[in-house]
Amino acid sequence: MKNLLIIVMLLFCSFTGFSQQVKPIKFEQLRQIITSNNDTTYVINFWATWCAPCVKELPNFIQLQKEYKTDKLKVILISMDFRSKLESSVEPFVKKKNIPLEVYLLDEQDQGSVIDKIDTSWSGVLPGTLVLNNKQEYRKFYERDFTYSELKETYLSSKK
Amino acid sequence: MKKLSLIAFMAVLSLSAFAQGYKVGDKATDFKLKNVDGKTVSLADYKSAKGFIVVFTCNHCPYAKAYESRIMELSKAYAAKEYPVIAINPNDPTAYPEDSFDNMKKRSSEKKYTFPYLLDESQAIAKAYGATKTPHVFVLQKTANGNVVEYIGAIDNDTEGVNANKVKYVEDAVNALLLNKKPETTTTKAVGCGIKWKSI
Repeated sequence: MKNLLIIVMLLFCSFTGFSQQVKPIKFEQLRQIITSNNDTTYVINFWATWCAPCVKELPNFIQLQKEYKTDKLKVILISMDFRSKLESSVEPFVKKKNIPLEVYLLDEQDQGSVIDKIDTSWSGVLPGTLVLNNKQEYRKFYERDFTYSELKETYLSSKK
Repeated sequence: MKKLSLIAFMAVLSLSAFAQGYKVGDKATDFKLKNVDGKTVSLADYKSAKGFIVVFTCNHCPYAKAYESRIMELSKAYAAKEYPVIAINPNDPTAYPEDSFDNMKKRSSEKKYTFPYLLDESQAIAKAYGATKTPHVFVLQKTANGNVVEYIGAIDNDTEGVNANKVKYVEDAVNALLLNKKPETTTTKAVGCGIKWKSI
């Protein structure tokens, strides 16, 4: 388990050096992030380039990470675009929008099968956002979009 | 961990308190919705039907587009077996102009839909069924007590259409019903475009 954590951490470190890159991620790798037993609050947003409300709220996630950069907060974007759209749509989009966050593409053909594993309350509608801190045993899933103040409020309520 | 499961449990509870719509086994309401040909369509119009494949779908959504040809194939395969496809667009066209009635007409004639493509203008039917996204399928079986929901969810487990060994949930469900059996898989989840609800 510890080894796994280290691998995940290394993965993260290597990422900060290569911002703007979108890595395909298998559910198993995502599971390691969402079950990692550390005191970091993860805000994980599930989105797609074709999803208008998702695209609209993306700047709010960037802003959240920026405003709370000294917190133990990690904002991660998981694109649910098709794997075949990674190079043609997702990477150009992330480059163009200059998104300074970790961006992955969920590389699972059967995306439906992982919805329940991410959260049973999620119907599969985008956008969806998971807020969790495993050390604090905090976990909430939101099947909705956020304004910045709503997102900030949502994050802050996880710390209460 | 206990706290986690409690939270999860409460989340599910609060969700079910809000979530309206059908579960498998519920009786589905009939409707009277405007078709792209200008006429209205009801389930009751299909006197000889054994059941229905009700698909909430739309024009604009990439996932609906990805499934469009598979919806057309379902119609071709199951209309003769008395399980007609009924497509319903529940989206608010002010949010997505591509989903307007005129564009529905255009799409269905361009693609030569062999099934009705209905407009759920008030969104009441989508709400009654509990549709949350497009595409979202409800397989109904006609019984003496009305149209009973036998399957809710995705068309198959391969939205992108790249897996030759995909599980065809809707076909499997209808095939089972045609043999007077219950579908093995009765609910599935899929990523989809959220239905754009009209603001009240």
